[in-house]
Amino acid sequence: MDTNVAVRMAGITKDFGKGLANDNITLEIYKGEILSLLGENGSGKTTLMNMLSGIYFPDSGKIYVNGKEVSIASPRDAFDLHIGMIHQHFKLVDVFTAAENIVLGLNEHVKLDLKSVRAAVKDICARYGFNIDPDKKVYDMSVSEKQTLEIVKVLYRGADILILDEPTAVLTPQETDRLFAVMRNMKADGKSIVIITHKLHEVMEISDRVAVLRKGKYIGDIATADTNPQQLTDMMVGKSVTLNIDRPEPKDLKERLVVKNLTVLDADGVKKLSNLSFTAYGGEILGIAGISGSGQKELLEAIAGLQKPEEGASIRFIPPDKQETELVGKNPEDIYKQGVSLAFVPEDRFGMGLVGSMDIVDNVMLRSYKEGVSPLADRKHPKERAEKIVEELEVVTPGLSTPLRKLSGGNVQKILVGREIASEPALLMTAYAVRGLDINTSYTIYHLLNEQKARGAAVVYVGEDLDVLLELCDRILVLCAGQLSGIVDGRGAKKEEVGLLMTRLAEKEAANE
Amino acid sequence: MSKTKRHTEPLMHITKRPAIALWKNLGIRGIGLVLALIVCAIVIYAVTKLNPLEVYVAMFKGTFGSQTRVWYMLRDTAMLLCIAVGLAPAFKMRFWNIGAEGQVLMGAVAAAACMKYVAPNVPHGLSLVIMFAASAIAGGIWGFIPSVFKARWNTNETLFTLMMNYIAIQITSFCVSKWEDHYGSNTVGVINQQTHAGWFPPILGQQYLLNVLIVAVITVCMYLYLKESKHGFEIAVVGESTNTARYAAMNVRKIIIRTVIVSGAICGIAGFIAVAGAGHTISTSTAGGRGFTAIIVAWLSKFNTFIMTGVSALIVFLQKGAIQIASQFGLNDFVSEMITGIILFFILGSEFFINFKVRFRSSRKEIEK
Repeated sequence: MDTNVAVRMAGITKDFGKGLANDNITLEIYKGEILSLLGENGSGKTTLMNMLSGIYFPDSGKIYVNGKEVSIASPRDAFDLHIGMIHQHFKLVDVFTAAENIVLGLNEHVKLDLKSVRAAVKDICARYGFNIDPDKKVYDMSVSEKQTLEIVKVLYRGADILILDEPTAVLTPQETDRLFAVMRNMKADGKSIVIITHKLHEVMEISDRVAVLRKGKYIGDIATADTNPQQLTDMMVGKSVTLNIDRPEPKDLKERLVVKNLTVLDADGVKKLSNLSFTAYGGEILGIAGISGSGQKELLEAIAGLQKPEEGASIRFIPPDKQETELVGKNPEDIYKQGVSLAFVPEDRFGMGLVGSMDIVDNVMLRSYKEGVSPLADRKHPKERAEKIVEELEVVTPGLSTPLRKLSGGNVQKILVGREIASEPALLMTAYAVRGLDINTSYTIYHLLNEQKARGAAVVYVGEDLDVLLELCDRILVLCAGQLSGIVDGRGAKKEEVGLLMTRLAEKEAANE
Repeated sequence: MSKTKRHTEPLMHITKRPAIALWKNLGIRGIGLVLALIVCAIVIYAVTKLNPLEVYVAMFKGTFGSQTRVWYMLRDTAMLLCIAVGLAPAFKMRFWNIGAEGQVLMGAVAAAACMKYVAPNVPHGLSLVIMFAASAIAGGIWGFIPSVFKARWNTNETLFTLMMNYIAIQITSFCVSKWEDHYGSNTVGVINQQTHAGWFPPILGQQYLLNVLIVAVITVCMYLYLKESKHGFEIAVVGESTNTARYAAMNVRKIIIRTVIVSGAICGIAGFIAVAGAGHTISTSTAGGRGFTAIIVAWLSKFNTFIMTGVSALIVFLQKGAIQIASQFGLNDFVSEMITGIILFFILGSEFFINFKVRFRSSRKEIEK
């Protein structure tokens, strides 16, 4: 066997009861390469890698590590074989420090020797260019720091094969660049890295080779240098997809939402938004860019009545056919009662927008169940609406009575967006509407937003992917640490310019100190 | 790290079942029950040297042996079911109301007070209506207090409702000492023994038919309330996430308070049934721990009110049977409680096999070292 092969998975099959999650997959990972594992949601990427890291056990098939057949029955087995995985949802203990998390579960020594752990962590950081404080508690860490900690943890345990499950989904462009630099250092050190992703520009940027999965099947692999995003998309989706986002010229612009002096404090009294003023027009898509946690969530929630703004704020909502309404001082119930036609796709799908244990029909009626005077809930009309959403947005589901939690992320998001759009809102706010979604679903969502814009709705699109914001939005409002950093024209602006605005105020403040 | 380990396939594979056919579901439960009876038989024989079959027959006779016993069984099942049904809306909202015991007692005290002071002076039918309303209000207040604190200040409802039980017990003992039938007895005795004012009338000659009917109506109504009404939908959403509820323009505080009042009121009604329909007296043991047993019933039934009927009947059957064998064979309570424990263990165990599939290591060749 080729000595350059670090891992060979041969004929791997895994069945979760409804269709094969992995169907006879054969995959090789070479030493010292960065391999992208590309595929749409539900194509079996994570399942396959979970079998390598000991979370799942294959129903059939063999795994060879360094040419030897092995059986990986638990994460500990994987760790003995020097395989480490960084999961999408971090597995860290919040109240422990970085160093404590790193040694957690390693019972090599009877006595906890944190001093040598610290030294080892410093050494790893220096070697690969990480920056981590071993004594910082996890709850004080940003998402990017937590991810770094997960990687250091895996390296500390001696991993030679690292698997990263959608690592960039939670990072800013700058943080992503830093992660990629570290990945290149690790590769230079001879480590094999598998990155699970569906972001094509990342695949092109970081990987040496791409392996594509589709619906549990292995489609093929190709050297990154020999391919292009279009070809990869076609492999992934199984049919040709156009990669351009439409952006029709806005027409018939009308003031729809006028925000003045909006300041929002969080529960601890920390200022999350300060003195924000802007106007959103019907017939345009207003993008909102910013590093995560710059006040995007508070802005949308304040408009929706879920957060209370400070004194002096005003949010005027001007519907096309009715009297204008002041939204400040109203809770969602008041807003609903006033018949304000406002749709909101929140960031936290299961924590706010939907109920995971309920079926599609119940989720579709979540925002409209109060209609009618009967004390009984009407499920007939929501059922019709649910059928329509499932059909029009091509939601893949065993049936309308399937609990939402059993559907894949993309299908869940289609239902959420579909429900909000079905109310034909005058204002549609979306927060990270395509986060974690595959290309096809993302384009479906962009298309839906454009339809709403054409209908004359004001669309507010909070996004994290600057490329998409610049392709989709008519104007982009840039937030930085809760302040308005600038509003740029989506057609003329450069990515660097927006990136700069996202961090400018922070730098100014730092300079002042 | 140089330790070479043998990496073998795990002994068992436990996988979640996507769905299960009804016959399989029932089959697993049936096997569970048979296994429970076998294990019980072994334990009974090992501990007491009695013939297990005789013991089982005794258990069965203890519950179904005569018409009176069947009616006792129905009466007690109805009582337990009523409390469990009362808990259902609160539990569905993830409001852990463990104060049913106190809510039942408050309802019972209110019913007894009305029976003592109001019933002799008004027509019989009216007195029952007044007692019904009074006990529902009393139970409702006992739910209202912790729910307000929960809704306003997010206090821990488990602790709060638990402590409310002790207050209710104290109030009950105070009333008992006030109403004792003769000085120093510290019991109230049967209220209105001569006139039967405020007692449930026999229907079709059956003393306890009204108990069963009232609870049956409450059970059906609660099922529809939770499943079909807007309120039921709100309860389910609030239980899942208060943020989602707020997002859906629900008034979360109002829903919490309203739901727990309903929960307390139904438990209060259980107290009314216990006083007017069964004991015709009041004491601190009127609830008799059923407020806690009902929690088990509610959980075993996954808050489905119809399944609660079966579970309540089963638990009452086990209790009655246990008492019977204890007295018939001169055993102490522990043996009968062991039997109850073993049977419940197997019932819960079959839940596991219904939700999960277990597959043992296949005969595939062992992986070479």
